[in-house]
Amino acid sequence: MLTVDQLDVWFGFPPDRVDAVQQATFAVAPGESFGLVGESGSGKSTILRAVAGLIDTWSGRIGVDDQPVSGTRRDRNFYKTVQMVFQDPYASLHPRHSVDAVLSEALRLQGMQDIDRRIARLLDDVGLGRGFRFRYPHQLSGGQRQRVAIARALAAEPRLLLLDEPTSALDVSVQAEILNLLADLRAEHDLTYVMVSHDLAVVAHMCDRLAVMQHGRIVEIMSGAALRAGAGQQDYTRHLIQASAGYSRA
Amino acid sequence: MSQSRDMTRREWLLSDAPQTRRQARLGAIYQGWLTFRANKLAMLGLIILVILIGMAIFAPWLAPQSPFTQNLAGRLQPPSGEHLLGTDALGRDILSRLIYGSRITLFIVGTVALIAPIIGLFIGTVAGFTGGWTDQVLMRITDIFLAFPKLILALAFVAALGASIGNAVLALALTAWPPYARLARAETLTIRNADYIAAARLQGAGPMRLLIRHVWPLCISSLIVRVALDMAGIILSAAGLGFLGLGAQPPMPEWGAMISDGRTYILDFWWVAAMPGLAIFIVSLAFNLLGDGLRDVLDPKGTKE
Amino acid sequence: MTSPLLSVRNLRVTFPTRQGAFQAVRGVNFDLGRERLGVVGESGSGKSMTGRSLLGLIRPPGKVEADRMEFHDQPLLDLSERQMRKIRGSRISMVMQDPKFSLNPVMKIGDQIIEAYRLHAGGGKAAARQKALEMLDAVQIRDPARVMETYPHEVSGGMGQRIMIAMMLAPDPEILIADEPTSALDVSVRTEVLNIMDRLVRDRGMGLIFISHDLNLVAQFCDRVLIMYAGRIVETLAAQDLHHARHPYTQGLLNSLPRLDAPIDRLPVLQRQDSWRDAEPMPDIQKTEFPGGL
Repeated sequence: MLTVDQLDVWFGFPPDRVDAVQQATFAVAPGESFGLVGESGSGKSTILRAVAGLIDTWSGRIGVDDQPVSGTRRDRNFYKTVQMVFQDPYASLHPRHSVDAVLSEALRLQGMQDIDRRIARLLDDVGLGRGFRFRYPHQLSGGQRQRVAIARALAAEPRLLLLDEPTSALDVSVQAEILNLLADLRAEHDLTYVMVSHDLAVVAHMCDRLAVMQHGRIVEIMSGAALRAGAGQQDYTRHLIQASAGYSRA
Repeated sequence: MSQSRDMTRREWLLSDAPQTRRQARLGAIYQGWLTFRANKLAMLGLIILVILIGMAIFAPWLAPQSPFTQNLAGRLQPPSGEHLLGTDALGRDILSRLIYGSRITLFIVGTVALIAPIIGLFIGTVAGFTGGWTDQVLMRITDIFLAFPKLILALAFVAALGASIGNAVLALALTAWPPYARLARAETLTIRNADYIAAARLQGAGPMRLLIRHVWPLCISSLIVRVALDMAGIILSAAGLGFLGLGAQPPMPEWGAMISDGRTYILDFWWVAAMPGLAIFIVSLAFNLLGDGLRDVLDPKGTKE
Repeated sequence: MTSPLLSVRNLRVTFPTRQGAFQAVRGVNFDLGRERLGVVGESGSGKSMTGRSLLGLIRPPGKVEADRMEFHDQPLLDLSERQMRKIRGSRISMVMQDPKFSLNPVMKIGDQIIEAYRLHAGGGKAAARQKALEMLDAVQIRDPARVMETYPHEVSGGMGQRIMIAMMLAPDPEILIADEPTSALDVSVRTEVLNIMDRLVRDRGMGLIFISHDLNLVAQFCDRVLIMYAGRIVETLAAQDLHHARHPYTQGLLNSLPRLDAPIDRLPVLQRQDSWRDAEPMPDIQKTEFPGGL
């Protein structure tokens, strides 16, 4: 479904060039849920943005559905296959667009017919209900906004969903709702997920396999079961698992 | 639906769960109105401007006399029952001239307020959104315009085009756009990298669509505020051009030109220059107050709370 | 029995809105001894407002009322801004969530610590500088002399938060209020920062109010936990009893967290009940005044 091969991403020019991702290689099978974990600055979100075509300074190979992509140019077909959900639900919805405007624009851009029925369906899918259709973002809570963002991503009926820390800005009880929703949607629509998170427990809950990243490099790729067992091959992985287990008095 | 009948109109407008697109839109407008109304000074500004517009529309009925009828026998009369604000050097009723002059003022302000921000919005957002060479070229042109003092540049334009009210408006509009372009570009630069733009891009939205549907609505509100605050300056520039004889031509009752006429008598017959001056002052103030109120309503940074 | 450092009864924080007065905090009672007191709740539960109201940091039109809000038997509520400044910073300090917004970006870090210290403790520049170096050393910053010469944008988030703590602790306050001090930090840095705070609280006998949304972290770090919901305290627990929480809200919060050690297919979702808003808090199980603390 998604292959990333020797991906390098950098920002700026020498001597200020920052290598955000170096030699990242992984593959995600159709229907799989793949996690990218690491601390801030490890380059995990950058990989998602490069795949989505939001960054143009990268080299290496990215393939979606066995079709190679280049630069920031993506064709119509790509957007019908790949969609993304962003971290901050307060920044990912246009402040002047109502839910209706957001969803109908997304549907129209995909050349869909029957917009009214589809909007109702999308809102039902993400558990919002039709009463929310004409609300503006400021009339929604964080969790509701994230549901709208998920509905927007689903409008194109994609098969691969890129999730960039979809719950880290939310309260834990809302996080549980969104994670359940994402799990349901994946089962219902046969979706493939690539999920970025700094929260190991969330990734272990959601993902079959995951890559641990540090300083722009993939340290190791392991299964969710191995993560839960604390069976990291690398020192860094073990350190990360130990640190996220919580605080123990020194 | 039976439920909505029980609601008052206010509740319907303030509903957090609007049922239709129309209700949502009207609700948003009503919210804005409530915020605006809370600002007493802004309301004062709005009332003054409504009166000004009323004056311009109903000038022929409101003016006690013709603004052009001269009466050399009754020249330079002080304010009295017959001439509430006195008469000028040609014996024309100053009140009537002020009332008719509001038409000219509104024409100037309205036209400039329409042309300048639109040029500025277009150039600024295109520059900010496209970046690279386009940005460089457009912004250097803006800088060239900004490098000249506004009034001098307007003077040069009018001198080249010929003195008339139309050319004065054109000159003012052409010199007023660069600050709007700068503002719009700065806004665009912050909006450009927002997640919701990235999300729209991932829906396959092209640059034109992003610019018009996503960037413009966010830039326009801060431009409107800026325009309202700049109006006072534009009125003053227009009056300045009139004062220098490069705007409205006699006998048009333009306020700036009226001050200019009264200048020779300012020590002995103060009202001839003071009355139009007062009018300019009040209207400029009203626009400033209005701008402040609009900022409360429209500034996206203020609405976060 | 010792008297508490801080005693709060029926604290209310109200904000006027267009729809009428909004009560962010609705009648909060607690005492703070020389202990680590955790305040946990979701966004909007009023936990930050509680912390801020203690230092008079609620801006008008917000209003703070309480039957009692005393620091060492000195009422905090009706202090003038001038009197409050004497307490704020020097006797009660606060560390905010994001060091990026709390440090002055155009001032060297050393100068900021020195200035903060002299403002509260007075004294000469040289002595203040010595103190600043000591404090940076105390928060385990290597090469403090070099860090003193840097600007805030040159240091990492974890380092910035440690600097903030150093700055807040320089005047030897008796109470430290930490509002989500580690939420912006990576897990590995988080442990370090917590260790530092823990040691300082223990060595100096400070009272710590630790405000956080992270229930497990608070339970591991603090002695006692207040759980807030909709502006009220719904339950007070000794930290080690957290997993025996009795209030359905606390239980719901705990259950909704995915756990590394206990995989489940579906996360239980918290079902909120309106009755929680106004119910009396769970009766304390503990008998002692400051359980776990003294």
